Amino acid sequence: MTSITRSIAWRIAIGYAVLFGFSVLALLVFIYVSTEGFMTRQMEAVIEAEVQGLAERYRVGGVRGLRALLRDRLQRNPASSSIYLLADPNFRVVAGNLSNWPPAARGAEPWIEFELYTTDAADGREVHRARARHFRLRRGFHLLVGRNLRDYEAMRSAIVRNVAWGIGVAGLLAVAIAWWLRRSVTTRIESINRIARRIMEGELSQRIESRGSGDEFDDLVANLNGMLARIETLMEDVRRVSDNVAHDLRTPLGRLRTRLEQLRGACGDSASAPLAEDALREADQMLVTFNALLRIARIETRQRRHAFERVDLATVGDDVADLYAPVAESRGITFRHSGIAAPVQGDADLLFQSLANLLDNAMKYTAEGGAVTLHVTSDDDSVNVVVADSGPGVPPEERQAVLRRFYRLEPARSTPGSGLGLSLVAAVAQLHEAELTLENNAPGLVVRLRFRRAG
Amino acid sequence: MRILLIEDDPETSRFIRKGLEEAGHVLDLAGDGRQGLLLALDAEHDAVVVDRMLPGLDGLSIVRSLRAAGRTTPVLVLSALGEVDDRVEGLHSGGDDYLVKPFALAELSARLEALVRRRNASAGAAAPATRLAVGDLEMDLLARTVKRAGQIIELKPREFRLLEHLMRNAGQVVTRTMLLEAVWDYHFDPQTNVIDVHVSRLRRKVDRTFGAPLIHTVRGAGYVIRAP
Repeated sequence: MTSITRSIAWRIAIGYAVLFGFSVLALLVFIYVSTEGFMTRQMEAVIEAEVQGLAERYRVGGVRGLRALLRDRLQRNPASSSIYLLADPNFRVVAGNLSNWPPAARGAEPWIEFELYTTDAADGREVHRARARHFRLRRGFHLLVGRNLRDYEAMRSAIVRNVAWGIGVAGLLAVAIAWWLRRSVTTRIESINRIARRIMEGELSQRIESRGSGDEFDDLVANLNGMLARIETLMEDVRRVSDNVAHDLRTPLGRLRTRLEQLRGACGDSASAPLAEDALREADQMLVTFNALLRIARIETRQRRHAFERVDLATVGDDVADLYAPVAESRGITFRHSGIAAPVQGDADLLFQSLANLLDNAMKYTAEGGAVTLHVTSDDDSVNVVVADSGPGVPPEERQAVLRRFYRLEPARSTPGSGLGLSLVAAVAQLHEAELTLENNAPGLVVRLRFRRAG
Repeated sequence: MRILLIEDDPETSRFIRKGLEEAGHVLDLAGDGRQGLLLALDAEHDAVVVDRMLPGLDGLSIVRSLRAAGRTTPVLVLSALGEVDDRVEGLHSGGDDYLVKPFALAELSARLEALVRRRNASAGAAAPATRLAVGDLEMDLLARTVKRAGQIIELKPREFRLLEHLMRNAGQVVTRTMLLEAVWDYHFDPQTNVIDVHVSRLRRKVDRTFGAPLIHTVRGAGYVIRAP
């Protein structure tokens, strides 16, 4: 699986979790701040209304009337968190439920906060904060109306606690959703990747399964499948065209060859005989190329495992080695070969042809004094054929390209050859589901064919 | 030899006829399958050359009918289909050899002669030959030994088979593909004339230290072994 930092599914999931977490956090903080602001404003509005009511009473009934009202109120509800205090111009307490005028309230500030010392608090604490409105009455008297913030703070901490819980739950939810999101995305992408890999392995008729949910992935799958169908048609067209071209040209080429052969016969021993001979050779070379092309095309379109039989690749290797050992000797190349029983399911003629092509190439590109080896090895589940030479090798960037039809390396263009030898090997390898790899022999080329061992 | 050619393409027919007549054979021609089969059943031929795709009756059916009628005349099947499967099918239906179009006339001629010779050899002799000889070259097929002028020549197994095939067709051209098919039991297209290297090695052993060469190259066709 792709590493976490590079996986798009992971990045989407983590990004989602972070974004979701922050949104919930911001929302809850906003709710908290506005709730608190609303509560404070509400409290202040009530206090303000009380102050106005009490001031009105003072204007009508004077100090005496206000004191009576305050007493009456405090007696009726002694446990209330309300604070009422009436003081004379020298801040001496006239009436109310505080023992003395709080020093913080002596200034001009209308709203003050101060610490309140109580002994009968319900929560056992003795110090609470209080908020109060300081109102100057006529004739220098002072009125203080406020609230013990005990209840208010209990409420605020309850809100904070609930918000914290909310954030925690939201975080867990975010992680869970992110995980599920990643999994569903990864599953779909992996199913597409799996098919893509099989298609790259040559199973061009494979299609990605649609889930039928009509989502974006289904759209993607439909488009990819459409693209694959188009590619398959194109490839079939190309194959058919090259097959047809080769087939249609082979007949006139055959006639040409026939005429040339007659011409050579007619020339007898005259001076033009070598010319006819050359022309005939050229025609033969063209026919060889066409036949090779047709053969590759047929192998590629052949049904897998059609007419396969049990073949010992070691025997095939021995036979090919027998065929090429004298060639190596005549070219001054050291040739070694080995093989142990290596059964595979396959077509002996095609396997022989492949190994012959590989050895032919190896001998062709290895200089005098060089070495060529052919080894057939076998283990529990695979059979390996390795052909190595000490020639110029193939640069890494061209190792795929040399398997293509007619592709030839620049320096090799001047040497005889059709550029179809390795294409045929590749086609035969694919037919046998064998893995074909080209490696560096430093110097030279190693061609490795890995077959599945027959039981 | 009297040869029956069943071929519908006039161009190919003319070419084969001209070539084989020049080689001294007598040809009967048939342009379609039915006529071909009638001719083949009617008269004695040394060999039949039949195209695989014919109007009326296809080549393989003709071969099957011939065999069903008890005729053992050697049959060479011509075809534009070169795949191994096609070849196997052609040989299974009773054909003795298979040649893919287009082909060199020399190839056809050499193969026909090899076919007829093989048939005559197996029909003529009560027991299969155990000794072959060309000039002063002798081959003992049982002891697997080769002598020339009484001197033993050491040959590797493939070289032995190569020489054996040449000697069995002594005096006749054997093409490179025929040699490859006879010595290596695979059907394949050699990219280079790899067989030439084998023949030249064989020549070194068989011809070099002795007076007159026995193995000769036939330009544009193949090899032949004959007494000097």
